[in-house]
Amino acid sequence: MLRIHSIQSLGTVDGPGVRFVIFLQGCHLRCKCCHNPDTWDMNAGKEMSPSELFEKVKRYKEYFGTDGGITLSGGEPLLQSKDAYELLALCKEEVINTCVDTSGAVMNEDVKKLLSVTDRVLLYIKYTNDEDYRRNVGCPMHPVIEFLGYLDKLSVATTLRQVIIPTLNDTEENILKLKQIRDEYSCVDSVELLAFHKICETKYQNMGIDFPLADTPEPTKDLMNKLNMML
Amino acid sequence: MIHENWNGFNGGLWQDEINVRDFIQTNYKEYCGDDSFLSGATERTDSLMAKVQELFRQERAKGGVLDIDTETVSSLTSYAPGYIDKENEIIVGMQTDSPLKRGVNPFGGIRMARQACAAYGYKLSDKVEQEFMFRTTHNDGVFRAYTDEMRAARRSHVITGLPDAYGRGRIIGDYRRVALYGVNRLIEAKKVDKAAIGQGDFNTETTRQTEELFQQITFLGFMKEMAAMYGYDISEPAKDAREAIQWTYFAYLASIKEQNGAAMSLGRVSTFFDIYIERDIANGTLTEKEAQELMDDFVIKLRIARHLRTQEYNELFGGDPMWITEAVGGMGEDGRSLVTKNSFRLLNTLYTLGSSPEPNITILWSTSLPEGFKRFCAKVSVDTDSIQYENDDVMRPIYGDDYAIACCVSAMKIGKQMQFFGARCNLAKLLLIALNGGYDTSSEMHIGPQMSVIEGTSLDFDSVMKRFDKYIEWLMHLYVNTMNVIHYMHDKYAYEKTQMALHDTDVERFMAFGIAGLSVVADSLSAIKYAKVRPIRNTNGYIEGFETIGEFPKFGNDDDRVDLIAKDMTHKVITELRKTPTYKNAIHTLSVLTITSNVMYGKNTAATPDGRGDGEPFAPGANPMHNREENGALASLNSVAKISYDDCRDGVSNTFSITPDTLGHTDEERYSNLVSILDGYFSKKAHHINVNVMNRETLLKAYENPEEYPNLTIRVSGYAVNFNKLSREQQREVISRTFHEAM
Repeated sequence: MLRIHSIQSLGTVDGPGVRFVIFLQGCHLRCKCCHNPDTWDMNAGKEMSPSELFEKVKRYKEYFGTDGGITLSGGEPLLQSKDAYELLALCKEEVINTCVDTSGAVMNEDVKKLLSVTDRVLLYIKYTNDEDYRRNVGCPMHPVIEFLGYLDKLSVATTLRQVIIPTLNDTEENILKLKQIRDEYSCVDSVELLAFHKICETKYQNMGIDFPLADTPEPTKDLMNKLNMML
Repeated sequence: MIHENWNGFNGGLWQDEINVRDFIQTNYKEYCGDDSFLSGATERTDSLMAKVQELFRQERAKGGVLDIDTETVSSLTSYAPGYIDKENEIIVGMQTDSPLKRGVNPFGGIRMARQACAAYGYKLSDKVEQEFMFRTTHNDGVFRAYTDEMRAARRSHVITGLPDAYGRGRIIGDYRRVALYGVNRLIEAKKVDKAAIGQGDFNTETTRQTEELFQQITFLGFMKEMAAMYGYDISEPAKDAREAIQWTYFAYLASIKEQNGAAMSLGRVSTFFDIYIERDIANGTLTEKEAQELMDDFVIKLRIARHLRTQEYNELFGGDPMWITEAVGGMGEDGRSLVTKNSFRLLNTLYTLGSSPEPNITILWSTSLPEGFKRFCAKVSVDTDSIQYENDDVMRPIYGDDYAIACCVSAMKIGKQMQFFGARCNLAKLLLIALNGGYDTSSEMHIGPQMSVIEGTSLDFDSVMKRFDKYIEWLMHLYVNTMNVIHYMHDKYAYEKTQMALHDTDVERFMAFGIAGLSVVADSLSAIKYAKVRPIRNTNGYIEGFETIGEFPKFGNDDDRVDLIAKDMTHKVITELRKTPTYKNAIHTLSVLTITSNVMYGKNTAATPDGRGDGEPFAPGANPMHNREENGALASLNSVAKISYDDCRDGVSNTFSITPDTLGHTDEERYSNLVSILDGYFSKKAHHINVNVMNRETLLKAYENPEEYPNLTIRVSGYAVNFNKLSREQQREVISRTFHEAM
């Protein structure tokens, strides 16, 4: 069974084309910039079987066109790799393009199996050094880099994504490092910089917890343009 | 037959009979490229449009009506020629003698003409009053024949918006015939038809038809006179593109001078014009820039068309619409698309002249349309929110490849089919009347079969359905009969002779019924079935509200448990309608479309079991109720796509608003994603979609500071409006609609 937070039948920003996005419930990381704190709890959400979800996905096949398909996001989808594999394997049989949106900090046999039926990985590289990772994510950086190495070995098309957070990673130095990572791994074909935003603040308020970046400003358009130009 | 003005065209059947389709098929040139060939506006166009914008500004400043000619009854030749800027106009002709000045058309009803004048501070002249003192209008005729029950249904608003006090509209003349054949040939053909009837037996039907043909022929003559007043002789076929557009426009103009029908749609003229434009370009007598200029001038004329309406009418059909619907694109029966360069030019007017609700540009979408055209349509939607889409792949097998759309979603073969428009009945109110055993708490009227109020502390689905079925049966019988009265009288007292002169003499007729409140009813029945619904009774024992406990599936989430309730409901309604014969043996059709009347229907409907409060608006058309969609945009589209076009041949309207960021990061992504969404939706056999790509904030700003958004266009329900022309109430309802936004 897969534990689901929610379903967005029209996703256009999590992978190429029109996508059916399943947000899986549960995450072991506590990124300071997380905009979905409601997906952390491993026991919340509702359970659905891979075949039940697959029946839903199929109803949207006509909308996918040449590029679109299904995206597993979360939460951390890799934590439910075993059943996620079942779902994506069914999709592959129906020639539905598959994407996994992850922080890449999990690796085991189930994850490897899941990646064997994944057409594209959207990999969140949160920071470009170990210190920042430990401070702002709560885990070291090397598992993520090892994960990327595995994607490279398997030649899984990969988009690197990073949320640009003023004062934390909005430096040119960071972008240069990101570029370096991109160039080092041939599976990476694109890099997306996403602007940090605070519309998630109400979610934190509703859950009665503090948003750690409440006082951090959102990046300006100019800054985003400047950093994008560097890539 | 041959004519020198046809030189350069491929010959065919169309030369020997009135057959515009054949002319198009044997002569048009499909265009599969992109929009890069298009020209911008010329200086002349810009300066003419600036004058028009100034007139629009004055019109707004005067409360929506610039001027009224209260002395003259509108007809083809009753006004002196009017111009915006005579020297600089390429296409000429105006409804009255001055732009945006409205004429009065009392044939539908003198009282309405009087009220409409009064609403804007004018007084209908004694001259017109006297002229109509001893004249029966359509409205007079209808009320002579209405039964008490018909009047009660109307007064209680269980059937509303019926065309018993205004022109029925929704008839599309084949205006292209005037350009292709010239008026003389059309008169000849009608004379032949009239003579042929004279050879047979005379009875009510043939006598009437003979008289109608007499009127048609007379008004074709008036059309020539009208054109002559502008210095043109339209007796013969048009000889070039400018004349083809001018002749066609004169035919349309004659119709809107004669009739003030609710929807006065244009048809499908762009690809027809393209044939003339291509011929002129090949002859070296026209450039691309000039071709765009011709289309721009034509569209300017369409944008200043107006009818005088009462306030009551505006409540139903907000935003001062004309529904000058032009169908663009679609596939031909031979597999070629009907997309031409002129399909692009028409869309391009939304850039050269700015965005606008009129003409009501309707893309006949097929998954097989050329990619370049699909992308351009998507771009126009993202940039202007001014166009709508209808499924050519479900309509073409029924109507062939030369049909058009009247009003919002009503398909008909051009010049071969027409419809008797019938507004809609309020299905949600009917459910409440059924529960109350024939009592309407909103209007405090007894109506329909009288029985006891439904019993029990919570509603039982099967007993509710049994009762509801009985009331559906009752109302649909009454509805057909009421429509029969209306259209008999409309034919008798306000026959559309100009438009019918541009039809074949033997036409096929539809009688178009409609329902409002489908999603309210579906969710209410779902609540009764899947949750616990406790009726709240007032001191008289009538149910005036509900307490709904527990969860229930809601329309708009791609959940068959409720979606099929909606689908079955439309099937039930059309099946019941078909049991009562129609006037002139018209074919019964059904639409799920509300225009902006969803606000008014809601206002007249008490609280419903789905949780909708007393007087709250319905969702428009077939839309799910606002903000009940929990699985995103495509799930919502899938729910609506389940309503079958076989049951709803008069159209299923869906209005879809999405924020730009939800549609994609970049413009190119947005275009291609919108194309995918349209391909997907229509592959599901859905019928119609209005697309708005905008943020709610834009509407909120326009609500607060209307003067800063004079041209903000938004698709509402089968048509587009200038946001500022909606009533405050209608604006609030539009703002409250679901804007699909990803988390």
